[in-house]
Amino acid sequence: MREKLEALQAEAIEKVQQADNLQSLQDVRVAYLGKKGPITEVLRGMGKLSPEERPVIGELANKVREAIATALDNKKNLLEEAALNEQLQKEAIDVTLPGRPVKAGGPHLLTSIIEEVEDLFLGMGFEIKEGPEVETDYFNFEALNLPQDHPARDMQDSFYVTDHLLLRTQTSPVQARTMREYDGNKAIKMICPGIVYRRDTDDATHSHQFTQIEGLLVDKNVRMSDLKGVLLEFSRKLFGADREIRLRPSFFPFTEPSVEVDVTCKVCDGKGCNVCKHTGWIEILGAGMVHSNVLRMSGYDPEEYSGFAFGMGVERIAMLKYGVDDIRHFYTNDVRFLSQYHKA
Amino acid sequence: MYVSLNWLKQYVDIDNITPEELAERITRSGIEVESIERVAPESTNVVVGYVESCEQHPNADKLNLCQINVGTETYQIICGAPNITQGQKIAAALPGARLPGGVKIKKAKLRGVESHGMVCSLQELGIDEKFVPKEFAEGIFVFPEDTEIGTPVAELLNLDDVILELGLTPNRADAMSMLGVAYEVAAILNKEVKQPEETYQTSDNKATDLVSVKVEDAELNPYYGAFVIEDVTIAPSPLWMRNYLMAAGIRPINNVVDITNYVLLVYGQPLHAFDYDKVATKEIVVRSAKEGEKIQTLDDQERTLKGDEIVITNGNEPIALAGVMGGANSEVSDDTKNVLLEAAFFDARAIRRSSKHHNLRSEASARYEKGIDPNRVQRAGAYAARLLAAYAGGKVAQGVVAFDELNREEKQVKIDTASVNNRLGTTISDEEIASILTKLQFGFEQDNSQFTVSVPTRRGDISLFEDMLEEIARIYGYDNIPYTLPEGEAFAGKLTTKQHLKRQLKQYLQGAGLMETITYSLTSKVRTEMLVSPDVLEQEVFPVKLKMPMSEEHSHLRLSIIPELVDTLSYNVARNQENLGYFEFGRVFLSKEEQITEQPTETARLAGALTGTWMEQPWQQEKKSVDFYVAKGIVEGIFAQLDLEPVFQQAQVDGYHPGRTATVSLHGKVVGVVGQLHPTVQKAFDLKETYVFDLDIAYLMDQYEEVPSFRTIPRHPSVTRDIALVVDEAAHAGDIQRTIQEAGGALVQQVQIFDVYQGEHMEAGKKSIAYTVLYQDPTRTLTDEEVEASYNNIIENVKAKHDAELRS
Repeated sequence: MREKLEALQAEAIEKVQQADNLQSLQDVRVAYLGKKGPITEVLRGMGKLSPEERPVIGELANKVREAIATALDNKKNLLEEAALNEQLQKEAIDVTLPGRPVKAGGPHLLTSIIEEVEDLFLGMGFEIKEGPEVETDYFNFEALNLPQDHPARDMQDSFYVTDHLLLRTQTSPVQARTMREYDGNKAIKMICPGIVYRRDTDDATHSHQFTQIEGLLVDKNVRMSDLKGVLLEFSRKLFGADREIRLRPSFFPFTEPSVEVDVTCKVCDGKGCNVCKHTGWIEILGAGMVHSNVLRMSGYDPEEYSGFAFGMGVERIAMLKYGVDDIRHFYTNDVRFLSQYHKA
Repeated sequence: MYVSLNWLKQYVDIDNITPEELAERITRSGIEVESIERVAPESTNVVVGYVESCEQHPNADKLNLCQINVGTETYQIICGAPNITQGQKIAAALPGARLPGGVKIKKAKLRGVESHGMVCSLQELGIDEKFVPKEFAEGIFVFPEDTEIGTPVAELLNLDDVILELGLTPNRADAMSMLGVAYEVAAILNKEVKQPEETYQTSDNKATDLVSVKVEDAELNPYYGAFVIEDVTIAPSPLWMRNYLMAAGIRPINNVVDITNYVLLVYGQPLHAFDYDKVATKEIVVRSAKEGEKIQTLDDQERTLKGDEIVITNGNEPIALAGVMGGANSEVSDDTKNVLLEAAFFDARAIRRSSKHHNLRSEASARYEKGIDPNRVQRAGAYAARLLAAYAGGKVAQGVVAFDELNREEKQVKIDTASVNNRLGTTISDEEIASILTKLQFGFEQDNSQFTVSVPTRRGDISLFEDMLEEIARIYGYDNIPYTLPEGEAFAGKLTTKQHLKRQLKQYLQGAGLMETITYSLTSKVRTEMLVSPDVLEQEVFPVKLKMPMSEEHSHLRLSIIPELVDTLSYNVARNQENLGYFEFGRVFLSKEEQITEQPTETARLAGALTGTWMEQPWQQEKKSVDFYVAKGIVEGIFAQLDLEPVFQQAQVDGYHPGRTATVSLHGKVVGVVGQLHPTVQKAFDLKETYVFDLDIAYLMDQYEEVPSFRTIPRHPSVTRDIALVVDEAAHAGDIQRTIQEAGGALVQQVQIFDVYQGEHMEAGKKSIAYTVLYQDPTRTLTDEEVEASYNNIIENVKAKHDAELRS
């Protein structure tokens, strides 16, 4: 009995090894472990054995059955894996063929700059305001300390709609509107991006439509040193942490003192190059302390409140930051231009 | 303003500073130096020569063969200038000389004859043709007879000068004079200002016997002073004066005119010289012009006056447009013998009006309209009288005939050290403030840290505390102000819901493959009449028109972004960029009035335009062109961003394809349009199939609910039923979908179209549409009976309303 079982095991395992596909393996399983198989037969003949032999042979028969089953399972796993590998081989594709294009749009470069500047000032606690583009001459000029006959009106030849309405020449009227909205008794920290218009013939450096960002801070005890501090912070975040700024006296009717603000040239690091006309500095914005007349006209008591304002041309910033050489690019919307700039 | 440094040196010491350094200091303290120009740095070896003989070149009609004596030697030089004659003193560039523009002078043979140098015109020496005196414009320059032979020309013609060009802001009218610039430079360098000598000898005649002055309106003309200078000889002015005028950009004319211009440049005070004998009445009456009155000005233009100009008259007719330009009828000419010199103060606004009306700008009007110094009027007149005596041989009559109600008082401004420091964030001391005021040459009284400043009348721009603050800050130096951060209460900076939504919508559209554009708001009238969205049209609005457009192309504010976007597509397609998707989030301007009197409504629109291939993968043979459903899908996406549900309805819209256009509505209100451009519009813009959308995004953002209420996430299973219907081919799937939704009752969560078919196995004129209806109740499991009941109701309704049949 024992010899027979051992021979069966050897024979079955041999057959298992020989099986080269799942079907022939299944045949081996049926042949040896099936209801009509030799092991079953052995177990069925157990009754003829002596009580002493019965458990010994029984145990042996079970071991043989298990060994064959294990061999079958192992072989099955091997064969399945081989089959899968063969299947996967067949599924192989040419990974060097191009992928399916996903159409990607993008923001306009001016929007990118505006949002970047907005985010910088939001971080400093400023809010974002808007105002009308068709503005009254009161808000565009008078509330900003430019009376009817003021010579500074020379500087901005404007698109008038009626005698008293015009396309705003600057985003500054939003300053006056915001001060009015705040009733002369609350602190203000705001910036205002927007489109402005001037009577200029479009060329590489002039555009009858362009974009400004205006900023205003009004509070008790605002100092010119605060203006310097905020603009240094801003310039470094926008142009790089190693930038320096300098102020040059200038004139705007709605600020006094008024300054123009230069940042160290990023092309030459302040050493002097063609971009900065060998000065090492590039003008980026105009600023100043809010004129007492402007505060007063908008309901703020200049004895109690002071403030600063600043304004920059977005196209200019974009041209400086990205080296764009013609302002008209921003408005012709050539897809080959627009697609060069994606948000970092 | 052009500032000759050689000239400036006469009023302030700038010997120990280079022009570049000076320019930098001036710029950093308040007046931008826009350029630094050396007149003719390269002119060497050019000297004064005497034309000993001048004969025609043997082989050339138009050339002269000259012998030029330069003191040490005589050179044979061939010269083609028509005005060269024997006996002149001229500028001779000798062999080895260098002229501006890199020209090198060498010995040469001209038509067989040797020439050892060149006789120069002023232009050849580097002087701008505009400023060259007329008599020398077409030929060589001739020096005065008493010029010493052999003198280097650079010295005589001021060619070694350096000219600073100042970019003056409107507040700094004080720097429109050499003395004004001298005060500025003196403040920066801490120097004194040297004043010109203004005294003069008088004749026995009294001015009051020679002329009378009457001013009708003291507001317009608070001071009018008339000097009379007799027996003048009209001649060229001295060379140095001509040099300075040319450096300042003024063409020399004759001694009398040059002197008035020279004094104007020194003091910033306009003067005018009349030919005394042409003022036949010997009477000056200053009054407002009469409407329709005529005057011929010095530029030979006849001007019809409007009535609000100030005119100088002889009692009968105008002889000058006050403060702007003189009249031809009283002009100084070569045979003028006696001069009536005007030194006056006119109201800035009146001059500005007058100059603007007649579109006539002069050196005089530029100064008057910005405000002149009341304390320099008489001084300038006196200085001119002195120069007329010295350089025109005139005899100055005693006294000035004047009308005088001029306020010459200095304004008082109070400042204190603490306020200055509080506003600047500095720690400037009382002593420093006193020192700055001294440098500025402002008078002041000091009581510890309180200052009462007497602002000199030359600085008409200063009247308030902050004006003084600026003076102190700029002289103290902006670099010396520290960097601080505002100390006020902290605010939280945050985008408003709408600002946030705007960014979100832009990002969505970029993700959807569209490129953002920014186009012009100003457009043509024609464009305001095309492709306007139905929701704008139904508001009966008018476009805003500019009063004085620069071009027809940019004459009106837009009513729609679409024409600009379509134009942008066209621009790109013309450059072989054919597959394009654009969007713009921008404003349109809607007026309720045809003749605008009030500000229009400015409202935000979100518009897009697409053309060409939308998706392409050539090797997989996939290619999808933009079609209506691509555009509509984007519009649906926009609504989804706002958590809103649009309704689309077939519509006829001008400029759009009649069968491929839908209005977009929300809650029964039309809010926009989506569709294909009409083929004729496409053709006009050279475009192939193009789809656009245009939405009233301002309204849609208003409808957005910031915090939507929580919707229970369903825990119970859903049930779906498919319904395939056969309907007339003209039936609209969306209408049927709405019927299904409504008839299905509250349990219907979603109705989706999964198939549309027309063709084989389908009766002609019919199509099949298949819907999947999803049923769900978040609170319980549905029963077969209730789904069945809903389904049956749906079938009944679609049969009744849409003449639909169930597809077998």
